[in-house]
Amino acid sequence: MKEKEDYFMLNKELVIIGAGPAGLAAAVRAHEKGVSDILILERDDAPGGILNQCIHNGFGLHTFKEELTGPEYAGRFIDKVRELGIEIKLNTMVLDISRDKLITAVNPDDGILEIRAGAVILAMGCRERPRGALNIPGSRCAGIFTAGTAQRLVNIDGYMPGKEVVILGSGDIGLIMARRMTLEGAKVKAVVELMPYSTGLKRNIVQCLDDYGIPLLLSHTITKIGGKKRLESVTISEVDESRRPIAGTEQTIDCDTLLLSVGLLPENELSRICGVELSPVTGGAIVNESLQTSVPGVFACGNVLHVHDLVDNVSAESYLAGETAAAFLRGESSGREILIKTSGGVRYTVPAYVSPSHVTQPLEVRFRVGEVYKNSFVSVYFDGQRETHLKKRILTPGEMEQVLLRPAHFKKHSDCKEISIRVEAD
Amino acid sequence: MTDVVIIGAGVIGCAIARELSRYRLDVIVLEKEADVAEGTSKANSGIVHAGYDATPGSLKAKFNARGSAMFPNLVKELEVPYKRNGSLVVSFSEENVPRLEELLENGKQNGIEGLEILHREQALEKCPRLSEKVVAALYAKTAAIVCPYELTLAYAENAFNNGVRFRLNSPVLGINRIENGYKLTLSSGDTLETRIIVNAAGLYADAINNMVSARTLEIIPRKGEYCLFDHAAEELAPLTIFQTPTAMGKGVLVTTTADGNLLVGPTAVDVGGRDETDTSREGLEYVLKTAALSVGTLPERQIITSFAGLRAHLETDDFEIGEAPDAEGFINVAGIESPGLSSAPAIGEWVAELLARKLSAEPNPSFDPIRRGIPKFREMDSEERTLFINKNPSYGRVVCRCETVTEAEIIDAIRRPLGATTLDGIKRRTRAGMGRCQSGFCTTRVLEILERELKIPRETVTKFGKGSELLTGRR
Repeated sequence: MKEKEDYFMLNKELVIIGAGPAGLAAAVRAHEKGVSDILILERDDAPGGILNQCIHNGFGLHTFKEELTGPEYAGRFIDKVRELGIEIKLNTMVLDISRDKLITAVNPDDGILEIRAGAVILAMGCRERPRGALNIPGSRCAGIFTAGTAQRLVNIDGYMPGKEVVILGSGDIGLIMARRMTLEGAKVKAVVELMPYSTGLKRNIVQCLDDYGIPLLLSHTITKIGGKKRLESVTISEVDESRRPIAGTEQTIDCDTLLLSVGLLPENELSRICGVELSPVTGGAIVNESLQTSVPGVFACGNVLHVHDLVDNVSAESYLAGETAAAFLRGESSGREILIKTSGGVRYTVPAYVSPSHVTQPLEVRFRVGEVYKNSFVSVYFDGQRETHLKKRILTPGEMEQVLLRPAHFKKHSDCKEISIRVEAD
Repeated sequence: MTDVVIIGAGVIGCAIARELSRYRLDVIVLEKEADVAEGTSKANSGIVHAGYDATPGSLKAKFNARGSAMFPNLVKELEVPYKRNGSLVVSFSEENVPRLEELLENGKQNGIEGLEILHREQALEKCPRLSEKVVAALYAKTAAIVCPYELTLAYAENAFNNGVRFRLNSPVLGINRIENGYKLTLSSGDTLETRIIVNAAGLYADAINNMVSARTLEIIPRKGEYCLFDHAAEELAPLTIFQTPTAMGKGVLVTTTADGNLLVGPTAVDVGGRDETDTSREGLEYVLKTAALSVGTLPERQIITSFAGLRAHLETDDFEIGEAPDAEGFINVAGIESPGLSSAPAIGEWVAELLARKLSAEPNPSFDPIRRGIPKFREMDSEERTLFINKNPSYGRVVCRCETVTEAEIIDAIRRPLGATTLDGIKRRTRAGMGRCQSGFCTTRVLEILERELKIPRETVTKFGKGSELLTGRR
């Protein structure tokens, strides 16, 4: 037994919470920008985050210009972090972050840890929406899993959660798991999607469903879960325009497994404890162009900030957080000067605020739309004057979009009070 | 020959078992499911009612009043989450206020103290989020919340430690009279001879009674559906908020649970089957709509799960407690619907005293009333946490992130008396999997720990007993 008088106390320049793709990229870039005293806290027993169970390929086309599997993509960053000598504490769960950046964490080796940080980067990722969040009626039998839990069971633990499968939700994890379960010998009977469009990437629909003859039922939902001990069937119904089930359209599908891929929620319990202001739209922090939250010195990046489609975008965003956290530690401050107003289908933007003096190179503003738009335009207005007008063949809620705010824009509108981003018909 | 066989390990059977363990008696509890608290005891409102609403003179009134008074000391002995939060019965119109006065009068007749009619402003002081529709309320100071399955587990563990034997996965198939008692046939083919049978079979109490007594009983399963919200929603209901009762029960309540979630429900619908615990769209919509009358808008985005439980209703609308008239030594404890949980301690005490007299039992000199719960990491301060981790490093490994449950707590839940053998068993003993992600993250870890601790293949681990296996095989 270890003797400990008091708990473990540390001081660190930069503490990063989460060693998934976001935390790793932020650490690498902060180090490159001169921060050497970095600690990454990771609750799992290995770095890499959710990528460790994403054994399919298709990662890294933008970042590395090649197709990698999830573990390979994570591996590139893990190697880099190790090479730079950045410390990662594994099996470490953060329990508390105070507004003045005192972090309390726990692990089996150190016990309770208290760490005073100069700056904090929140990179906790997201979690899956459970069945309860949808209030799907029926039995509470065995055989209902989120797609991510099933992915872990199959890819990491080596077990099959079922043989005859229905998947609710056509998010990317659901699509990937439709293919994965099929390859492992299960029969995937249908992917059921509430919306009239899929929220997954087009390439995943083609490569994971079409190639295997798995039907995608749009504008359908599950209205009943049947089975006493193990799932025996699900009842699906068509939904109307307001997404209510249409009576008389019920069909029962026999199956022993239901996988849910019905959305991801940024995991911001710690941010809330820390007093970070959260967006009701994304569930993530409200940040400025430096990805700084409402708490000075606390930054956020990756899926804890807003849910991304591609890990490449997570890495790019997290590089920025590493860079701006380094700048903060050098004494540079950033505030909230101009609010980016959203309207006409744009649900939110990251960042939500911009300080013109910080825009020294083109600033990527990422956003999602609320519905499908065909042959429309994404426009950016500075004080009512349109500066960007991008033709878009299709905009869907399933794919994150971005526009650039350029230093030249701010030079031209040196006294800008308001920036607005919207979708326009022409 | 055994002295007493108790059929059913719900809160009633376990309370009786624990109270009987105060005496030198050979007691066996039979349970058809894989764990205790698998029926009505796991899916109800978790309320200790003050006792104002039962008909004066009824068994419900008598046992509720005594039970409610026993709780404060009992939960200390058994370490069960419990809080005297008080309750309100709200009235939405002036015309309905006399109904509150009737309840108050009823309560006085039942010997309930701490009742008071509050006008709107006074009620708002106690519960600022009451809806605009509320004009007055009946306040009951002694109403409380308790974790119903932890109470059942605690009773069972304490009974076990005091010598009561439990046989799980043991449905009773038949009962025959023999000289001086009864012979039970179990599904395994085993038989058991006993002097006394206590029928605490909940929804199946009629089937058990009808194996023995010509005076038949009929249990009517009455379904109640609930929605459970995340912790963050709890400030909505610092007290338990009822609406004026109806013929079908106490109506839809809004309450904080003993574990700090917000709970709304139940519906009250008579159903045919004793396993019809499916939730329905209509039921859940009704519950949300009706609860909103009490507190205005509900944070529906924070719903984490929904569930349904069945009440064991009898047409007499009262408990059926006592020896069957034509079957000596066969004690019915049937029709235990609301306020059954509130009454459980008093029913346990009453039945145990009855049997002790009947069997001329001696006190058990080694009876220990204390049951220690699983130390909860989430409730400790940093110093306590450090102490626990120093003794056992697996207290430093968080398995359930939402409820901050550590590996040590899960291992404790498996290794303790009547330990968990299923995923749901772990959940009820530790709260692992009960949080906002609803076990999405910890399921795979808990499966691994169950496999290791129970030394069984992972694919045989179940959610709640045979037939509910979670995995179908190796990849």
